[in-house]
Amino acid sequence: MGYASTIKVPFGPQHPALKEPEHFLFECEGDIVVNVTPRIGYVHRGMEKAFELGTYSHDMYLAERVCGICTSAHTTCYTQAVEELMGVEIPARARYIRTIIAELERLQSHSLWVGIVAHEAGFDTLFMYVWRDREVVMNLFEELTGGRVLHAINTLGGVRRDISPDAVLKIKGGLDYFEKRTKEYLRVIKTERTFLKRTSGVGLLKPDDAASLNAVGPTLRGSGIRNDVRVDDPYIAYGEIPFNLITSDGCDVLSRTVVRTEEMLESINIIRYALDHMPAGEIRVRAPKNAPPGEVVSRVEAPRGELMHYARSNGTAKPERYKVRAPTLANIPSLCKTLMGVHVADIPIILAGIDPCFACMDRMLIIGKKTNEKRYFTR
Amino acid sequence: MSLVGEALKQLMRKPSTLKYPSEKATPPPGFRGLPIWDMKKCILCVLCQNACPPSAIKLIGKGQEAKVEYHLDRCIFCGECVDACPVDAITMSGQYELAGSDRSIMVLCFGKEKPVIPVKNAP
Repeated sequence: MGYASTIKVPFGPQHPALKEPEHFLFECEGDIVVNVTPRIGYVHRGMEKAFELGTYSHDMYLAERVCGICTSAHTTCYTQAVEELMGVEIPARARYIRTIIAELERLQSHSLWVGIVAHEAGFDTLFMYVWRDREVVMNLFEELTGGRVLHAINTLGGVRRDISPDAVLKIKGGLDYFEKRTKEYLRVIKTERTFLKRTSGVGLLKPDDAASLNAVGPTLRGSGIRNDVRVDDPYIAYGEIPFNLITSDGCDVLSRTVVRTEEMLESINIIRYALDHMPAGEIRVRAPKNAPPGEVVSRVEAPRGELMHYARSNGTAKPERYKVRAPTLANIPSLCKTLMGVHVADIPIILAGIDPCFACMDRMLIIGKKTNEKRYFTR
Repeated sequence: MSLVGEALKQLMRKPSTLKYPSEKATPPPGFRGLPIWDMKKCILCVLCQNACPPSAIKLIGKGQEAKVEYHLDRCIFCGECVDACPVDAITMSGQYELAGSDRSIMVLCFGKEKPVIPVKNAP
């Protein structure tokens, strides 16, 4: 068509389509986005510095508060890193309980996301039903850990609460209901015309781009690439539990939805297997106060993708350096690639498609006053 | 159209939500609500103060004068104090309506002599 110039459309930091403050500058030719410039750092909380000020046992609760939805993924990653530094081996039962909590969390996170994507697609009925059934998992959390959102169950050297035989029955009952409902929603997602029209073929991310731009988690698996930390580098009890890795070849928002919904069904199977094969015994060993000097990187498959923590100790009770790489940060470059060439109206659903959690990943930005040079602390 | 059957089923069901201020959900046992100190059991060992990640607990004074100062506005309800207590003097109650707009009334004192001060609900 040939437009004389492009129009710059600022999106955020406060925008109805965004749940958290973040800025994207879209350059549009007519209705088509031709360039995207992300600007991150609006919800930087100084957490990495705060890690250095607390002791290892207190930082557990800071790690839990990095993200509100994947709290147990962050604590699993934190405890894994610090236990490696301290040379602590946790009991087998604790590993299974951590797995069960992590998978329950995947259930609630993915069903929350399915609700959000249904809402962004203008299908609020599905959003309401999915969120109603998500309550089943939230109530299980409340009974198992004493908190609906912040579970506080992982601790250095194991877990803080055991799962009693009564609770096992309750979890199984809840899972039976949840499985039935998830299968129903999977049918709706795959067949409902309004949803398909809004998501099918929208937000295409080619497998080559996804791999070269280092996308993680369901965004990567939605482009047909087999990559999951649970399979590639098994941690806690995943090495002992058989499960399938879910991928989908659609490369669009629909296939990301399908990957997440099918992953929920797979998580239910993982939890059932873990409950049946949970070994008896201790749930916690004593962890020392100080960690010997050393450094460690720990990886966990959070609901949003690969989560990475780095810790360096200097022999005291406090970490010398702590670094969190949240999955959303890894998904930003591929998100920008996905947003090229889409219609402006499709932006919210594509943004929601990576399951963004901006507060978890925010970095500091320094702007040079004289040179007007911008530097992001992304590493 | 694929949710029509589901929608029809809902007509016969009760709402999934509660009418909150008049109907309240009862938290299950083990819920991490407001911690309460039983000062008859407390031996003033300061283990809870040391275990508290956000420093919400302070022990003040000695002997019969001693009291536990608990800062509700700092508390993150992790339950580390309950785990740390060697004599099980701390229990986490099911109380969850703890929000308020005034930080100055959010400091609770548990003393040896006086009975436990009941917590006022936020206005």
